[in-house]
Amino acid sequence: MITKIVSKNFDIPNSHKLEVALANGRYSSIDKLFTMKPEEVTAEVTASGLRGKGGGGAACGPKWELMPPVDERPRYLIVNGDESEPGTFKDRQIFQYDPHLLIEGIICTCWAIQANHAYIYIRGEYKFFIDRLNEAIQEAYKAKIIGDTIMDKYDFKVDITVHRGGGAYICGEKSALIESIEGKRGHPRLKPHGKECEWFYGDPATVNNVETISSVPNIVENGAEGYTKYGTPKSPGTMLFAISGPVKNPGVYELQYGNKMIDFLNEVGGGMLDGKKLKAVIPGGTSCPILTAEEVEKAVLDYESMWDIGSTLGTGGMIVIDDSACMVEVAKNIIEFYHHESCGQCTPCREGCGWIDKIIRDIIEGCGSSNDLQTILDVCETMNGKTVCVFAPAVKDIIASIVKKFRSEFDAYIKNNQN
Amino acid sequence: MSSFKYTPENEAKFQEYASRYPKIDSCMLPALWLVQEQEGWVSPEAMVYVAEKVQKSPMQVYEVATFYTMFNLKPIGKHHIELCKTVSCMLMGARELKAYIKETLGLEPGQTSADGLFTFSEVECQGACGDAPMISLNNVYHGKLTKEKLEKIIWECKNDN
Repeated sequence: MITKIVSKNFDIPNSHKLEVALANGRYSSIDKLFTMKPEEVTAEVTASGLRGKGGGGAACGPKWELMPPVDERPRYLIVNGDESEPGTFKDRQIFQYDPHLLIEGIICTCWAIQANHAYIYIRGEYKFFIDRLNEAIQEAYKAKIIGDTIMDKYDFKVDITVHRGGGAYICGEKSALIESIEGKRGHPRLKPHGKECEWFYGDPATVNNVETISSVPNIVENGAEGYTKYGTPKSPGTMLFAISGPVKNPGVYELQYGNKMIDFLNEVGGGMLDGKKLKAVIPGGTSCPILTAEEVEKAVLDYESMWDIGSTLGTGGMIVIDDSACMVEVAKNIIEFYHHESCGQCTPCREGCGWIDKIIRDIIEGCGSSNDLQTILDVCETMNGKTVCVFAPAVKDIIASIVKKFRSEFDAYIKNNQN
Repeated sequence: MSSFKYTPENEAKFQEYASRYPKIDSCMLPALWLVQEQEGWVSPEAMVYVAEKVQKSPMQVYEVATFYTMFNLKPIGKHHIELCKTVSCMLMGARELKAYIKETLGLEPGQTSADGLFTFSEVECQGACGDAPMISLNNVYHGKLTKEKLEKIIWECKNDN
């Protein structure tokens, strides 16, 4: 079931060292890259159907095409390694085990969009991984792989700078991330009517997830067909799926799209820990609607199939919940997270998260009433689609899905737990 | 003028950061990180110093320093235990670890022990869900914890003087 493209070198000892990376095929796409025109690279990535791996699943090539024609303005690539979605811990595997793959991907992407400087934004908690990546970048500079020329022979400048975040979930939102690099609070920006690129100090920029960028060298080297032979027609390729919670083998595994979720849980994840029974799965970070055990049986791991059953694939970070867990407490835990992490810019989100948090707290403290569940759903509806970014709709997705799918558990909790 | 000042090494690091960005504004977070690495926390005096460095008003530095939760706005203990409390860690036993820390160190989240040795914080997802439950001890991750493992970690901290 496991298909290793991005994670090919993860198991090799010292795979983060330049010497080992070079011996194992890193930077082998660069020679081919510079025989191609930038627009040819973009076209190849578009043809490959590569999709953003950060959660949204938007097509990567068309995103690059949004960059305006080259003019006198500087252009930037911004790599999103904020990775704060609960249940998600895949990008750090790339920082830890194959940082040179990311650097190679950055060179490819910078050439395609003609950017000369890449910023990698990494969450502040990942101190170890930031240090590891910085070491790799220094090695690459020393070996003249990046800098004023590429591989000491191609006349193209790429600088890479790692920017350490400060522990704010919202900075994973691409415009909040840019605000953060500009030295401000991480408040997402208003979105334009049409599609356009991002703007860093008013200059054009593209924001891509770490794993997306790391998938690019393989497409450059093997062409679009080398990528589309994996996965499904609409979700081609592979993705790093993560699994956590009470299963035997929690971790990160690279799979083609299109596998059944239940097979992944049982064969790769090793099944539930002894004596535990599957109750639910949050499929791709806590921003995705929850799936009950029956829905898990039907779920297939690609974007379209997940939409069909009313959830999303998100970041591919699955949280498994067993039958000993109380869903009221799970809901409380999740809303506490969102209440803490709401940036506070939009009233429906800032206040809505707080209200839901308080209502569920009341239920847990034995002061709940049967009307509370409807109030939660009403607040969710009020938050949905009325804010600058998709944070509030994500809160609605997860909280409303838990309340609706496990309503009897909430009702019983309220009834049996009255003060 | 503020009483805080970077060490010469940190001043050099700051200048290196300043050369990497199109505008000095971007040095806000790097500058605050340097303060925290030097002092362990970010004092109001240091914020005034950072404001001069990145050409902002002290208020603008304050609003950034208070927005990002990793900046300590008061002094912390020598060993900073940050326990992840989010879903995967909760399912795998973070609440038991919290109770254990309360029992052995007498600390609630946000408190520092009287001897200044430990600060305990509860934090949101640290991106180590496969190793749940986990703590970050002075930015080093310790995963797949049990009470016994945590006891050993705390014992090592106590004897690390």
